[in-house]
Amino acid sequence: MTHTYPVRPGAPRRAYRDMTAPLAGGVASGLAEHLALPVLWVRGFFVATAFLGGFGLMLYAGLWVFLPADQRFEHSAPGLESATRTGKRPGRRSRLRDAGPAIALGALFFGVVLGVEQIFGQGVLFWPVVLGIAGIGLLWRQADEAQRERWMDSSGRIDPFRAIFGSGGWAAYGRIGAGLGLIVTALIVFAVAAGQATFAVPVLVAGLLGLLGLAIVVGPWAMRLIDDLSAERAERVRTQERADMAAHLHDSVLQTLALIQKNSHDSTAVARLARSQERDLRQWLFEAETADATTLAGALKEMAAEVETQHNVVVDVVTVGDCPLGDELRPVVHAAREAVVNVAKHAGTQRADVYAETSPSAVDVFVRDRGTGFDVDGVAGDRHGVRSSIVDRMSRHGGRADVRSAPGEGTEVRLHMPRDRAHAQTDTHPQNHPQTHPQDEENR
Amino acid sequence: MNQASPGGAVRVVLVDDHAMFRAGVRAELAATGAGVVEVVGEAADADAAVAVVRDLRPQVVLLDVHLPGGGGVEVMRRQPSPDTCYLALSVSDAAEDVIGTIRGGARGYVTKTITGPELVDAITRVAGGDAVFSPRLAGFVLDAFAGSIDVAAVDEDLDRLTEREREVMRLIARGYAYKEVAKELYISVKTVETHMSSVLRKLQLSSRHELTKWASDRRLL
Repeated sequence: MTHTYPVRPGAPRRAYRDMTAPLAGGVASGLAEHLALPVLWVRGFFVATAFLGGFGLMLYAGLWVFLPADQRFEHSAPGLESATRTGKRPGRRSRLRDAGPAIALGALFFGVVLGVEQIFGQGVLFWPVVLGIAGIGLLWRQADEAQRERWMDSSGRIDPFRAIFGSGGWAAYGRIGAGLGLIVTALIVFAVAAGQATFAVPVLVAGLLGLLGLAIVVGPWAMRLIDDLSAERAERVRTQERADMAAHLHDSVLQTLALIQKNSHDSTAVARLARSQERDLRQWLFEAETADATTLAGALKEMAAEVETQHNVVVDVVTVGDCPLGDELRPVVHAAREAVVNVAKHAGTQRADVYAETSPSAVDVFVRDRGTGFDVDGVAGDRHGVRSSIVDRMSRHGGRADVRSAPGEGTEVRLHMPRDRAHAQTDTHPQNHPQTHPQDEENR
Repeated sequence: MNQASPGGAVRVVLVDDHAMFRAGVRAELAATGAGVVEVVGEAADADAAVAVVRDLRPQVVLLDVHLPGGGGVEVMRRQPSPDTCYLALSVSDAAEDVIGTIRGGARGYVTKTITGPELVDAITRVAGGDAVFSPRLAGFVLDAFAGSIDVAAVDEDLDRLTEREREVMRLIARGYAYKEVAKELYISVKTVETHMSSVLRKLQLSSRHELTKWASDRRLL
């Protein structure tokens, strides 16, 4: 069963705001990830450029508006998504729960206020502006958070109440209230302080401030609406696709159960059916990147599934790392298959462990069983299966294979295939050629 | 605190939201683990589990990873009983679930297809203070430390595995039993278990904060 998820290595990269641990809007950490820079540098850049006439602040604000929040439609395997939706898995914890960043931000804000006051004196305009900015900031943050939570509405409809208030709670209401209160206070303070001046100016400025506050409440919501609509469309397509898949799986499970009922006298057949169905479901439900035969891990899993179905053996595949399956690695899969089939046929056990480790320099595959085992030196001469299908095949393609076995202790076949030498001469044994890098030779 | 029951059996609480599965495990443990393992309680969600574990103080909790009320991790986070060990028993073998549960404090992880005798063995091993690593879990651990799966919370400054620990994990991933690992590396089984425990400890240092605490506890800061 192949089932591709849209986000794969090689898909075009987009920058997102990192909402897993935002200090303010997650812009810096999102950018840091996108640019593969330490987040401290990005934060430092914003702080440094903030002194260039507020350029950094403007840039941050602009990016906050325009970058979408990450993983709004994070999709993993259906079983995991379902468990997440029903609250059976641990959720993310907000970093702002721990007071550290909040206190730091508060202190910074207070410092800026004091600093500005120091420079300009307590002007008439100053406190209204500060209060207004604080209120606007609170409102913005709330609207931003609501933006994220709007999609949590399980009915799938866009709820205007949720759009502003998120999932509610005293924190959300408090924030909205405080924000509105601060803006209103700013207007009142302004009107009182500027009362002596002509009447037209304060009204004008108050109106402008009010407008600004309104724009900021509705702004993030409106700005990303277009973005969200296309995302929602994609989500709908995905939901339908998933419904089809679920129906298909139901059918396959039901079919298998019916077969099991018919074959209930034949325990081997029942075990085989149950095993293949279990593997199928487990893979569909819990493995995000599906095993397709274009990567080494996928090919090994497919191979294991095939052998499991054909022979009465359980093959447990564990892979560490992965790489595309080129022609140079195909012999490894074939040799591993031969080793697993040997376990099924000769070892007298119903269990084989396959472990594959991919490193930049080589691929190692181990096939291990705890069966009867055999004396390698004693029978090596007439074991053509092992010799031609495994050992010779590997060495023909530039790798090597060792078979370790002893009677009563089971067998382990070790396959080793160097990766960077795959395009070099293929008829030499790697152990005769210790790897030398070109630059090493130049250095000499 | 958590004494063994009169017969000397390990006291176990089963936490899983599927009654059918609990009944199955109970029957299986009664059949293959009689006298060794005794199921003293059951719970179907996180809140109930916390209450049951607090009341019964079992030695081992068999914990489903996907559990109403915040998952198995939530139960461990609320620490209902200080001396209880947790063994995750799940149908999910998604890397993030497995690693997340281990980081949450579980001493081992096995899938639900495990056979009765293997489960009894795993329970007794966890009760004895050891870590239970299945080949798959060992693979995930190697992957997590190699950085090739993105376990969001694996910190940059988390300890790397030592060469020896990596070797041990590799052999476990290859399907070796503890005593076979010991034989292969010419070390004692006790040493293998020490390595496993230290891998587990490295995984459970889940934040800078905990890492700092860990370091200052050992006067490394």
